[in-house]
Amino acid sequence: MSSLSSQDAANARRQMRRRRLQAFLFVVPLLLFILFAFVAPITTMLFRSVYNPTVAELVPETLTMLEDWDGETLPDPAVVTRMAIDMKRMAGNRTSGRFADEINRALPGMSSVIKSTARGLRRADDAELAANGAEMLLAENDRWAKPATWRAIRSAGQVYTSSYYLTAVDLEYDAEGEIIMRDTQIYKQLYTKTLKMALIITGLTMLLGYPLAFYMSQASPATANFLMVFVLLPFWTSLLVRTTAWIALLQAGGVVNSTLIWAGLINEPIELLYNEFSTILAMTHILLPFMVLPLYAVMRGIDSSFMRAAISMGSNPIGAWYKIYLPMSLPGLSAGALLVFIISVGYYITPALVGGTDGQMISNIIAFHMQVSNNWELAAALGSLLLILILVLYWLFDRFVGTDNLKLG
Amino acid sequence: MKKHLTYLATTALLASPVLAQDLTVTSFGGAYGAAQMEHMIEPYMKESGTNVLFEDYGGGVAEMKAQVEAGNILWDVVDIEVIDLERACAEGYLEVIDQSVLPEGDDGTAAADDFIEDALANECGVGNIVWSVVFAVNTENGEGPQTIEDFFDTEKFPGKRGLRKRPQVNMEWALLADGVAPEEVYEVLATPEGQAQAFAKLDTIKDEITWYDSWSQAPVLLNDGGATMVQSANGRIFAAIKDDGAPFEIVWDSHIYDLDVWAIMKGTEKKEEAMEFIKFATGTVPLSGMQDVAYGPTRASAQALLPEDVKQDLPTAHLDEGVKADGIFWADYGETLGEKFNEWLLQ
Repeated sequence: MSSLSSQDAANARRQMRRRRLQAFLFVVPLLLFILFAFVAPITTMLFRSVYNPTVAELVPETLTMLEDWDGETLPDPAVVTRMAIDMKRMAGNRTSGRFADEINRALPGMSSVIKSTARGLRRADDAELAANGAEMLLAENDRWAKPATWRAIRSAGQVYTSSYYLTAVDLEYDAEGEIIMRDTQIYKQLYTKTLKMALIITGLTMLLGYPLAFYMSQASPATANFLMVFVLLPFWTSLLVRTTAWIALLQAGGVVNSTLIWAGLINEPIELLYNEFSTILAMTHILLPFMVLPLYAVMRGIDSSFMRAAISMGSNPIGAWYKIYLPMSLPGLSAGALLVFIISVGYYITPALVGGTDGQMISNIIAFHMQVSNNWELAAALGSLLLILILVLYWLFDRFVGTDNLKLG
Repeated sequence: MKKHLTYLATTALLASPVLAQDLTVTSFGGAYGAAQMEHMIEPYMKESGTNVLFEDYGGGVAEMKAQVEAGNILWDVVDIEVIDLERACAEGYLEVIDQSVLPEGDDGTAAADDFIEDALANECGVGNIVWSVVFAVNTENGEGPQTIEDFFDTEKFPGKRGLRKRPQVNMEWALLADGVAPEEVYEVLATPEGQAQAFAKLDTIKDEITWYDSWSQAPVLLNDGGATMVQSANGRIFAAIKDDGAPFEIVWDSHIYDLDVWAIMKGTEKKEEAMEFIKFATGTVPLSGMQDVAYGPTRASAQALLPEDVKQDLPTAHLDEGVKADGIFWADYGETLGEKFNEWLLQ
């Protein structure tokens, strides 16, 4: 037997490389898709939560001059004049609104001050502005004479800032740069509430899904298929349709209330809709297939003779279930629980439609900052925190349950 | 710069290109959109031969911001509430409009005199309608509330109150019901004490409030018994009464009125066509067509075309009972009060 010549070895290597390249080409579309649709947007979003160059780009000189300011008195007239000149320039190229928006975030009420000042100085004479800019700016609005205004400009001028993350946990910097509690305490409450609701929903889907999946796995193929259709039908129906169906059922004049009144059980319609109850109910219904499907797939693979063997050896049925069946079905249960939990933590549409006041979740406030207040930086910080929270929970799950125990089928 | 945001660029790649000759006009849909279609879009297409794509959006400046930052302008003309206009214009999402080219009214009055004052107050927009946030009651429930004090009086008038889930209008109403003079409302609301006062007043009805998210839900709530009185854009209730014969009554006390304007998206390639459309749509006859949904026209010459009995249903006939929504105030305090409002909801 002769050993491989170097020629053969090179050929073999080349072939191997080609095969690898072929395999790689197959996944290129997927990689590109993930890059554009997932990695890039998430990275830009994460970056936005700490990087905010708007103010620094708009008034660079003013900010440089503010560096030496003590923060207690009115800044040097040269700084104020520079601001007045910047104001005129921003009014001219229509960026005063973006400046106003950023400063307003640091000090509410500044938006109209800046916009009216910009309007006032737009047609000011350049030479006069260079000479008397400070007085002209102070004459526009008396808030320019307050140190708080200049502190707001200075703090909004930081290109890299942790202030959005502080806001996301209800903290802020005070005038001295110390971290203090904000007046408005909302985000921590919302995170807690979101986690609580996600846990309740996961628990409920387990309670409902486990027996169902068990029954399906034991039933004849015909019955199992029939039941499977019932699990999958709602899964294929539009999310909006399912949510509005709950509105029709639960509203004051809806099916549930009118049936109860007709049966004489209640006199007045009870409040079922637009609260935490309806949100949890609708979300449990919507997420149930995510629990049933992995459970069913795992349970079908469990040999029923294990249970029979345990019982024939003297165990009672509950003991046998606990010692034999539960551990064997655990991979499906963990997979289902993890799926349901992670999906419900970021759920948006259902709470928005049937949540009313107390069914609010963190996703709804993120949407508020994206769509209404236009504070994309804060929305990014809130979103990143949510992502971190989920990763931490996943890590804990991995430590105590183990992700290699997950089984989707 | 920000315009290179990759994910927005991706959207740009995926969005289907619009035919070059089409003009995209975006507005609020529903009965209002139907009236605009009938009186503005269709006649304009017939007259100019331009094809107009008429799209819906939910208001706010987020979508304009996204388009301008990505440098991918999908809309040409947009219908925008004055409450958002201040911000959209100052942040550079809209083109400045040369108001001197607006045509005179059909009776020969120059545009500057024909338009009501607020309609041309902002250089980025041309007034389209005067509309109002009112409250409405279902008359099947007997004698309903007639004033804003009644609306906040749960003893005299029990039952659910449907309110739109946002601080705007609700904070104003709370202060008005608490005895603050209409002309001082925004001044008081700018102070922490005033904000606390408004929330304290809202607390008195908090358990009786049904919150909703879009105007279309208001007549539905009133109809299905989800609320015995609701806050609503006046046109939605008017349409329910007129078209469906719903037993609703509009209460004009303390209504908060505002304007909608037509504006042009910054950076559109069809700025001239967009301006032609606005000139047409804010002409006397198209504006008078907005009476179909009980929104007041912004030209005196259009107002004059309306029958007397219709005028009574328009916000313009009730301005003395109402308060003008302050767009500048909400540009200043919208975000702060939005957060405070959400905090209050959670309590």
